[in-house]
Amino acid sequence: MSAAPHLPLAGLEIFGQAIEFIFNGQEAPTVSGKVGGLDQVLDLTARHLEVTALAMGLALIVALPAGLVLGHYGRGELVAVAAGNAGRALPELAIIAFMAAAIGVGLLNVTIALAVLAVPPILTNTFVAVRQVDRGAVDAARGMGMTAREVITRVELPLAVPTIMSGVRTSTINVVATATIAPLAGVLTLGDFILARNVYGDDGVLAGAMLVALLALTLELALAGLQRLLTSPGLRDATTATA
Amino acid sequence: MTDAPQLAQVVIHERTGESCIAQNKVFCPGWAIDNFDRYVDPALQQVVLVVVSVALGFAIAFALALLAHRRRWLVPPLIGVTGVFYTIPSLAFFFLLIPISGRGRDTAIIALTAYTLQIIFRNIMAGLANVPREVKDAGRGMGLTERQLLWRVELPLALPEIIAGLRVATVSTVALATLAAFAGGGGLGEEILSNIDFKTGIVIAGGLAILMAFAFDVILIGIQRLLTPWRRAVPA
Amino acid sequence: MSTKARTRALIAMLFALVLALGLAACGDDGGDTTGGGGGKAIVSNPDNGKVTLTIGSKNFTEQLVLGEIYAKGLEAAGYKVKTDLNLGSEVIALKALQAGEVSGYPEYTSTALTSFFKAAPEDVPSDPQEAYQQSKAEFEKEGLTAFPPTPFASANAVGTLRTTAEELGLEKVSDLEGQSQDLTLYGSPECRQRVDCLVGLEDGYGLQFKSFTPVDIGLRYEVLDKGQADLSILFTTDAQLSAEADKYVILEDDKKVFPAGNVIFVTDQKVVDEAGPDYEKTITQVQSGLTEQVMQELDARVDIDRQEPAAVATQYLKESGYID
Repeated sequence: MSAAPHLPLAGLEIFGQAIEFIFNGQEAPTVSGKVGGLDQVLDLTARHLEVTALAMGLALIVALPAGLVLGHYGRGELVAVAAGNAGRALPELAIIAFMAAAIGVGLLNVTIALAVLAVPPILTNTFVAVRQVDRGAVDAARGMGMTAREVITRVELPLAVPTIMSGVRTSTINVVATATIAPLAGVLTLGDFILARNVYGDDGVLAGAMLVALLALTLELALAGLQRLLTSPGLRDATTATA
Repeated sequence: MTDAPQLAQVVIHERTGESCIAQNKVFCPGWAIDNFDRYVDPALQQVVLVVVSVALGFAIAFALALLAHRRRWLVPPLIGVTGVFYTIPSLAFFFLLIPISGRGRDTAIIALTAYTLQIIFRNIMAGLANVPREVKDAGRGMGLTERQLLWRVELPLALPEIIAGLRVATVSTVALATLAAFAGGGGLGEEILSNIDFKTGIVIAGGLAILMAFAFDVILIGIQRLLTPWRRAVPA
Repeated sequence: MSTKARTRALIAMLFALVLALGLAACGDDGGDTTGGGGGKAIVSNPDNGKVTLTIGSKNFTEQLVLGEIYAKGLEAAGYKVKTDLNLGSEVIALKALQAGEVSGYPEYTSTALTSFFKAAPEDVPSDPQEAYQQSKAEFEKEGLTAFPPTPFASANAVGTLRTTAEELGLEKVSDLEGQSQDLTLYGSPECRQRVDCLVGLEDGYGLQFKSFTPVDIGLRYEVLDKGQADLSILFTTDAQLSAEADKYVILEDDKKVFPAGNVIFVTDQKVVDEAGPDYEKTITQVQSGLTEQVMQELDARVDIDRQEPAAVATQYLKESGYID
């Protein structure tokens, strides 16, 4: 246990120093230069978002069509649902460390590892969402002469959006959280402030934690807003997440 | 090698780099069997972290659910607050807590407990909401007080949903507890961090964590079957 | 004698000769040799039981092994010992020491002089005793002190695959001039700010690299193996350098930017006063067997054989005769 004082007053002061770190930067603990400051913060934030976006993009390309097709034909339920449960059990640290040791460090490898973590909630939620689409609507569409592809894209997908978005939100927050330890594998993100205490100092660590928390919360709000936007007005009742 | 007789000396091994472990192969069974006991303590530490965090999380979430059961207006703000805890990445949470609660197991437990709150709370509320109206009316008709109704009718019927929530919370907590090493809380993550390039070690530690999650899941399914013999297990 | 008998006799003599030579060549089993001096056993002093010491260390293999060696040695001498190893880089370890979280930790004279006391790398004395005296004097200004140095010294080094070195004609670091801008360099996170690391390469050698990627110290060989790093910052006492000498090579530090440092145990003066003479005596005793060869062997047992630092420390103390 650290010897730092646990008095509330001392705690507040430390948070103030962290904010100072974010906006103005400080002298580095060792030899040269300044650390922190708004441009460094924004740079790492951008990189954090970059790897998150790349991983989510890859995961969506893989999981969304798979979930839609499997859901439409009602196949592979066991796999799709088990994937969701199994995905939750994957320890992020082990995935990142294994990938770094076995395959290599760097943006491409980290993106793939993060995508692996992101796929299960999207796959499961998409599958379940399509299965839960009102059969009446699907039958009506078929009756109108739509092809399978048209049924999927024009009927099932729009109706499945709320649940799919729910999975996307879960995935995104998982990816943002795991991207925090990406610096272990050579990809610098906001997590670098937390992990490289040698470089940024204690204030940097706290600043990093605050920034990561803020980023996650902001993204969650943004995605919640996006979900409302994409949900067709007829469906806008509360849908609880399944994943 | 030495020019005078010595009492004892350090043996310098000649290494050819041919063995499985010298080549750092993905999995070296020989080494794994010989050194397995190294992972027992960290695994046990992780079990403790998970059990304590989920138990605490359940206790708190349950209390909140009881509070919100008759006061529906409390539900959205409670979902919101617990949602904040759920959204904040655990690593960030650890380091936000460290100035307050220091490095160590306590900080890890606080963060892990906070993470479980929303899912458990949500599932308890959903379970209670799914109790059919007719059943509640029948209960009232039979003269049960609201309190008796809750404990003798609603909660037992909500059990599958509650346990489904516990399952999700527990599995997630096992995976997150591997990060507890960053906060000085021990666990299998400690083995990974201290040997970051050791493939066999990562496979063992990660594999144990996954197995642990699976084991907890099975145990909870078993508990549910025990407590609700009249229901099939509800898929989480 | 008949031809057959003569041949048989010849073969028998040759056999006996080979056997004799073989037996004479090594007293131990296949290929193993022994290194370092034998030690006197540590005597436990019951007076020391009143003192509790917390031994710290920095965050890589050699440091973890050293920390465990010191901790177990002090325990054998009768002290109550706790460990708080893997603290972090030198800055964090020093902070922990100054805050009283640890009683002491092993530091390299070169790191102390360049990182803490802002000496230029070329000003670090190459004589271990001189470097020790200089560091100790500086530490004493802050209420700390240091014990005499270990036999072995270690330094940062720019390392690469032997194939890369041959391809690019690299023998010394200055051979990188004109080429480094196309090469990627990987090092620890704090390397970015250390004069005996990236800063020294940029200022002292005037080198610009295509990129510098910070990675965990534990991955310094992995990144070379995977072909992602053209160059990686290694330690001269790394086990891999001798175990896989045909795979890895370090470039000669011709401009003396990476000074070597022996390990000195840095501790608080107050702790020294409290702990009595056995404190320094035990530390210097257990470290006296740490030649470069021995330290490399211990590092190998952790990094290559994947044993735990605590177990390796105990092996060292037992094999050397400090404890039984």
